[in-house]
Amino acid sequence: MTTEALIQDPEALKPAGRRASAEAMGAKQRDISVSEFFTKNRHLLGFDNPAKALLTTIKEAVDNALDACEEAGILPTLDVTVEEVSDGRYRVRVEDNGPGIVKEQIPKIFAKLLYGSKFHRLRQSRGQQGIGISAAGMYGHLTTGRPVVVVSKIGKGRPAWRVEVRIDSRTNEPKQLNDKNDTVTWEKDHGTSVEIELMGLYRGGRTSVDAYLEQTVVANPHLELSYKPPKGPLVHFPRVSDLLPPEAQEIKPHPHGVELGMLIKILHESGRRHVAQTLMEEFSRVTQPVADELCKRAGIDPNAVAARVDAAKIEALHAAMVASNAALPPIKKFASKVARSDGNLREEVLEEGTGFSPTLADLVIRRGGLEPTVKAKLVTPMMVEKLYASLHDSQVKILPPPANCIVPVGEALVMEGLRRRFKGEFFTSHTRPPAVYRGNPFVVEAGVAFGGTLSRDDSADVLRFANRVPLLYQPRACAIHEAVLKVDWKSYGLQQRKGELPVGPLAIFVHLASVWVPFTSEAKEAVAHYDEVVREIRLALMECGRKLGAWVKAQQAERWETQRKSLFEKYIVELAASIHSITKVSEESVKKDFTDALPNHVRIAIAPVEGAAPGVDAGGEPAPGEGAAEAAAGPVEAEAEAPEPKASRPSERPPDMGDDGDGEPFYKDMTPGNSRQLVLKVRSKSGRK
Amino acid sequence: MAPRKKTAAGATPANKAASDDTMTDGPREIGERDRVTLQKITDLAFSALAEVRRGKNPALSIPVRALSNVSFDQEAGLIRLGESRQSRNFFHLKQAKLFMQTFLIAEHCKKLIEAGATTSIRDIYYGAKHSVAGTKENTFEEQAESDPIIEDLEVTIDALREELHLRAENRGAMVGPMTIRDTGDTIDLRRMGSGGWSIPSIVEDNRIEFMKTEAEYILFIEKGAVWARLNEDRFWQKNNCMLLHGSGMAARGTRRLLRRMHEELKLPLYVLTDNDPWGFYIYSVIKQGSINLAYESMRMAVPQARFLGLMSSDAERFNLQANVSMALKDEDSARIEQLMRYDWFAAKRWQEELALMKKTQKKYELEALSSRGIRFITEEYIPQKLRGKRGDSWLD
Repeated sequence: MTTEALIQDPEALKPAGRRASAEAMGAKQRDISVSEFFTKNRHLLGFDNPAKALLTTIKEAVDNALDACEEAGILPTLDVTVEEVSDGRYRVRVEDNGPGIVKEQIPKIFAKLLYGSKFHRLRQSRGQQGIGISAAGMYGHLTTGRPVVVVSKIGKGRPAWRVEVRIDSRTNEPKQLNDKNDTVTWEKDHGTSVEIELMGLYRGGRTSVDAYLEQTVVANPHLELSYKPPKGPLVHFPRVSDLLPPEAQEIKPHPHGVELGMLIKILHESGRRHVAQTLMEEFSRVTQPVADELCKRAGIDPNAVAARVDAAKIEALHAAMVASNAALPPIKKFASKVARSDGNLREEVLEEGTGFSPTLADLVIRRGGLEPTVKAKLVTPMMVEKLYASLHDSQVKILPPPANCIVPVGEALVMEGLRRRFKGEFFTSHTRPPAVYRGNPFVVEAGVAFGGTLSRDDSADVLRFANRVPLLYQPRACAIHEAVLKVDWKSYGLQQRKGELPVGPLAIFVHLASVWVPFTSEAKEAVAHYDEVVREIRLALMECGRKLGAWVKAQQAERWETQRKSLFEKYIVELAASIHSITKVSEESVKKDFTDALPNHVRIAIAPVEGAAPGVDAGGEPAPGEGAAEAAAGPVEAEAEAPEPKASRPSERPPDMGDDGDGEPFYKDMTPGNSRQLVLKVRSKSGRK
Repeated sequence: MAPRKKTAAGATPANKAASDDTMTDGPREIGERDRVTLQKITDLAFSALAEVRRGKNPALSIPVRALSNVSFDQEAGLIRLGESRQSRNFFHLKQAKLFMQTFLIAEHCKKLIEAGATTSIRDIYYGAKHSVAGTKENTFEEQAESDPIIEDLEVTIDALREELHLRAENRGAMVGPMTIRDTGDTIDLRRMGSGGWSIPSIVEDNRIEFMKTEAEYILFIEKGAVWARLNEDRFWQKNNCMLLHGSGMAARGTRRLLRRMHEELKLPLYVLTDNDPWGFYIYSVIKQGSINLAYESMRMAVPQARFLGLMSSDAERFNLQANVSMALKDEDSARIEQLMRYDWFAAKRWQEELALMKKTQKKYELEALSSRGIRFITEEYIPQKLRGKRGDSWLD
């Protein structure tokens, strides 16, 4: 008997008698608490290895502190201390000047998973689910047995409560270990300090604590940070902006992004309200006509009691809601794809289209008079047309969500942030208008720092941010990384091999701000590859690239001028000596004659440098408010067509050199492009660089 | 502007000053010929200075030494330099250094003439080589850079190399029934042993004088090895001829010497080379002049020279076996094509010979004649060739 058969037939394993009774098994069956689940699956939250555990702990504490400060309208001042208590054992302390936490909430916030204020609302914030800091505390307790120590004070004259707390992983309930009335003296008016001891590993590199904090500083110019690493002196980053980012608005979910389960929940919890009324009150951008139209598509009476709508109808309603966000590629492209396909029509629609769920795909296909399981290659172009008409008929026009819920860093502050981190020569940035993926509005910002002390021989440094939080892990899995690769950096005067990062003294900043950042996993390490997201990042990078390219070219032109000038100057010295020796005219006088004539023949003018001045290209941030939001969808399309920088690329012009000794003075036909070639040629003749 | 001031203080580099000392070893009388050359150099420098003072881009006007600027003078049987000149400007990225180098060479030639000294073109390369003030770059990196500059200077101011007091290394050798005076020493070319008299690069009449001779003709051989064979056989004694070789392509000194002997002693000149396009070309340079030195054809070429072989048609005539031939290489074939297009190879017999070589894809070295016996070349080949008819056993 094979092993496989054994597994399929457990009885065969032990023919004589049962091993456990249903009663015995039932006694073992119980709820699995969230905390127990995460204890066993710690990698889901970013605690897969000691180095990452240390980083995640600091990251969660810092994210929470910044969110709290911003929500309370306080300019954040953070102190981060990491000390190695003993070998491999670290004590992390993050102290903020935030609003503080009321005494009763402290244990729950730091020692109960899925507890928090952020999960239940749609609003841009660093934390999203209320897992992070409690999970960090849990990991610390698990590895060292030490509880989380919190000190918090909510105002001048109020006590600073000290709480030692750990999570009970069976019940997901906090357990305070010290006296509930413990206080300490704290000179701060308000703030919170959290201390966690854990087994970890401190190291340098791309994914280090240092890198994370440095990048946090870049994306948060309003943050003042002091950092005491385990080794080395205290690092202090002073604040570069006194402007708090505008407060992000909380929004209701948008119909485009709603998931079926969520829709069921909303309808069932709607009390005695009608369907149309519920839709209007629970979703953004749903007006009376929109609600009526959605109900009509789903075959529901708008005035029916929402809680009594049956599952099939809800599914239809859901399809109607998300349908208007679905799209298929241009009809000709799709038709030719279908003709060459081996799969069925449903698979093709899901594969080629965006925003389709299987239910929606089936719905649209059936409405087009086809069967979802029909072999795709049997579908005629005429049938494809019907399919497209069906999709069009299924779509209810719904405005994109308002964009005032998104708070970008802003072009000027992105450059300030980059300046604080990099000693470059050129900085630029660009903030895109708001766009939408799956009903979620988002804004992309990009910035570059170039030259100076940045390494010339390495690949560009890519700094990825989501809602101002640096992303350090899994760059290759990230949509930001993909978008950077998709930009043709060569056209901006940089080196780039196909499918690789550009090489040069370059740092690239990309920030994705959204009410709901599409991460690839709960560990929030990489942004998922939505076409809309990748495209927006690319467009932002291209805008920065254009400005950078103009600057690089101007710099090169300037350098060539200098090289040219010095070439003539050094030969004048030699020539003057020879002519003096032949004619007996004084060397100084000969030298002067030649030097005086030099400007008549060599262009030494220096081209103006574009985009180099700080702030020059820092356009206004998108104005908050409904007006800006409504305009959001429009300009996105228009800018997608923005010309790529192919029209004028002087550096790529073929070097246009005459024959040897053509006698034509070079300045008559000289562009920066071929002048470099000329300089190099002259030099190579003498066998030197 | 600052760096220029700085380098000005340093003036001339040390090695330059050192070479000055070696050249100015005592005052002397400057001859008429030297005075003219000196004037030409000084004029060149002043004209550049005058142009730059008017804010112009100073230029050297250099006759173009390329195929495009030579023509074959059918009547005189000479390659002549054309009229076209190229301008070498100082304020030109590609030409600035060449312009500077030209004056550096001119300066050194002027010093040589004033000192009454002659040096080799390798000497002047070292003399003029130093690092460009304030850089690691050298005025000349290798002799291959200074040699063409010297030629440029020659044509620009219309002065011969020897007038600039420059010489190349000795190349080629001569024996034969003649006595000469070489810079005051009397030399009997009948008593030169196995090595012969080494031909210097300057053979003007103020240095080399022809004295008593019984020679009836001149035989020039491409290769030293074959020449040694003939010398060993005392071929020149038995046949009363001057016997020369050029170690491959004949150098200027050898060509000038051939011309002088032909002209002054009225001796006919026969040329013996390998049967390959390179051998043919050596003959054509002796006869009509070269592209590069077209401006000196008048004083070097011997239009009456005759080609004794080896011809492609000789293989059959002298019964040379296929196993002594060599297969043509790609570069040989390419060179044949080139020669066939030159005006001075346009004659019917030459076109036939080149076409035959191309057709058979074979070439022969002179040594191939030894397959017929050690003395075959001296006792059979050359006498038979000399007796034969034009266009048949020898070519024009």
